[in-house]
Amino acid sequence: MFDTAETTAEKFTQMFAAILLFAAVVGIILFIAGRFGGRRGDKIVAYSYLAPTLIMLLVGLVYPGMRTIYQSFFDAAGSAFIGLDNYKTIFTDTDQLTVLRNTVFWVVVTPFVATAVGLLYAILVDKAKMESFAKALIFLPMAISFVGASIIWKFVYEFRPDQGNVKQIGLLNQVLVWLGGSPQQWLVDSPLNTFLLIVVMIWIQAGFAMTVLSAAIKAIPDDIIEAARLDGVTPWGMFRFVTLPAIRPAVVVVLTTIGIGTLKVFDIVRTMTGGQFNTSVIANEFYSQSFRSDNQGLGSALAVLLFVLVIPIVAYNIRQIRSSEAL
Amino acid sequence: MFGPTRSPRFRSALAGTLGVGLVFGLAACGGSDDSDDDSNTAAQSIDCAQFSSFGDLKGKTVSVYTGIVTPEDTAYKESYKPFEQCTGVTIKYEGDKSFETQILVRAKAGNPPDLAIVPQPGLLKQLVATGKAVEAPAEVAANVDKFWDKNWKEYATVDGKFYGAPSGASVKSLVWYSPSEFKDAGYKVPTTLDELKTLTDKMVADKKKPWCAGISSGEATGWPLTDWHEDMMLRLSGPETFDKWVNHEIPFNGPESTAALDAVGAYLKNPAYVNGGLGDVKSIATTTFQDGGLPILDGTCSLHRQASFYAANFPKDAKVAEDGDVFAFYLPGKTATEKPVLGGGEFNVAFADRPEVKAFQTYLSTDTWANIKAKGSQGWVSANKKLDPNNLSNPIDKLAATILLDPNTVFRFDGSDQMPAAVGSNAYWKQATSWITGQDTKTTVDNIEKAWPK
Repeated sequence: MFDTAETTAEKFTQMFAAILLFAAVVGIILFIAGRFGGRRGDKIVAYSYLAPTLIMLLVGLVYPGMRTIYQSFFDAAGSAFIGLDNYKTIFTDTDQLTVLRNTVFWVVVTPFVATAVGLLYAILVDKAKMESFAKALIFLPMAISFVGASIIWKFVYEFRPDQGNVKQIGLLNQVLVWLGGSPQQWLVDSPLNTFLLIVVMIWIQAGFAMTVLSAAIKAIPDDIIEAARLDGVTPWGMFRFVTLPAIRPAVVVVLTTIGIGTLKVFDIVRTMTGGQFNTSVIANEFYSQSFRSDNQGLGSALAVLLFVLVIPIVAYNIRQIRSSEAL
Repeated sequence: MFGPTRSPRFRSALAGTLGVGLVFGLAACGGSDDSDDDSNTAAQSIDCAQFSSFGDLKGKTVSVYTGIVTPEDTAYKESYKPFEQCTGVTIKYEGDKSFETQILVRAKAGNPPDLAIVPQPGLLKQLVATGKAVEAPAEVAANVDKFWDKNWKEYATVDGKFYGAPSGASVKSLVWYSPSEFKDAGYKVPTTLDELKTLTDKMVADKKKPWCAGISSGEATGWPLTDWHEDMMLRLSGPETFDKWVNHEIPFNGPESTAALDAVGAYLKNPAYVNGGLGDVKSIATTTFQDGGLPILDGTCSLHRQASFYAANFPKDAKVAEDGDVFAFYLPGKTATEKPVLGGGEFNVAFADRPEVKAFQTYLSTDTWANIKAKGSQGWVSANKKLDPNNLSNPIDKLAATILLDPNTVFRFDGSDQMPAAVGSNAYWKQATSWITGQDTKTTVDNIEKAWPK
């Protein structure tokens, strides 16, 4: 039953077995919880409901996390303790420094540009004709997976030589040829290639920023806006002193959410360049060190670094969400 | 009062009964049996007596885990049937595209298959290092001594212990060309490296861009260049130096290695020679290896160095044969008498020593299996000396088998597949890619040397 399913019937059997197993576990928990009553019983009930989540968190998150930190102090094979050498490698090796540089590019550029584009778009289409249609257009890329989006953009950047009757199949190069230029190999030259990959992320995330910010703009009370109008505010003043302060919590949440996603970016780099041509980022490098280069220690150290970098943003994000809820 | 207190009790009891009942119910339907729908159609009679020494194996199962997926897997499964019929053993075949990372994860986690088809000696070493791989039985070792060149046994030997028989093989030292173009222009297939150079210059004089290449291959981008480099290393410095270089007994940035890379550069970094139909030198980096040789069919490129398995990349209507649209010739040695060949292959590595696994390993190491497999396959050869080339239906497989079985051939396994993963499947690819986009030879070999694990 626990082998890999081969036929459709087997797959369905496994699926139903899994559903039944889930129902059974829930049933047993309900049963145990139901055995107890009274005030002390409430606690037991609460804990028995929490238990499955706690166990899964321990087994699936806490233990692997600890193990990764532990492994990051060991060598490639995971057998000899080498202290902080893996971390030293990350901050001294030329290849690894390129990885860090690219990650900085990603994290600095993506959240701000994606949020700016989303915000601008949200303000422009607010209360315009066909607003929902215009929003759907920019929101659509959100529905595409990262790998799918990467393949689409790989075609955009695709290169064909400028010779004989060879035709361009890449959009960007075709536009360049129409303008009288000669086709370029966009993904080869560093650091330009990293920024061209960042464009893909912005294309995906701008829709998310636009949706959240548009909702926040709509939630600004009309009386504030009217009061500002009566005071004769300019459009820029309206944006700077009314709209932006009112949606500040939403902007911060959008910035940090995109920031977290960007730090962990992997699919786009792996699909479009495979980390070649100096485009690798931490998440991609961590994968290739662990699984391709057979360097468990360095791979773990990169994973830990990523974890450490994400924590402050996550903490800030949660605090912002809380304070915006408190309003 | 009664209702509210009694009914939750009742409900929870009901839930519990249901839950326990379901768990037992599940356990009951656990032992699902694998229905055996062996049709005897493809059965070929083999000598069953050779497996009698392993005892009664009826009803046993052997699991096989491999990176070989549809459509190539069919020929494998078919070739297992005679064994299944002889012994009553069921072979469970599992093909997985991410085999190369997953097999290590499974071995380390203590959940390995009974048998894995491992495509690189380097990976084989890593698997042995996990402590889960099992030494091959004496029967297999005896068969490999009998049927294979001794080099092949060494590739599967770690610290004096032999781990598995070779399965398939491929020839990498091939140059694809258009037979009709050669005929029309009066070109001759070169028999020495100098002749290859003369031929190339002649094509340039005929206003052609002779060579085409593509090295893009996702995260493995760069590997076709490592093959080029190794082929030159093998030709210019000889097989003994090649072995030392692969095993890091001489440094990667030594004079031999530098000279070999420069020899590749004389072709691939020469704007007059490349990149036929695909762009300038740099376009080699962004052209996928699958597309690298296709311009031969358009007539915009004349020569493309790539392994025998490249045949599968040509469109179905292109005839791959000596008198067809496209074919390959052996990438010549320094002289016409030297026949160094770079190639690849897979090995059957076991993780269990149950009798049925041993029996199956033994079957796979026989000439019987190699010939049965050959009859049912396209694009597959073995270096088994008793393989009859007439069992191969397609011309390029026949050419590959002829090269492998030629007694003058000096076969060497792909070097990057034997090097430590940090070099062979990371730094070597990456640096080769940087090299083709402009980095100089010295920096390239120095960086690879630096990446070698201490």
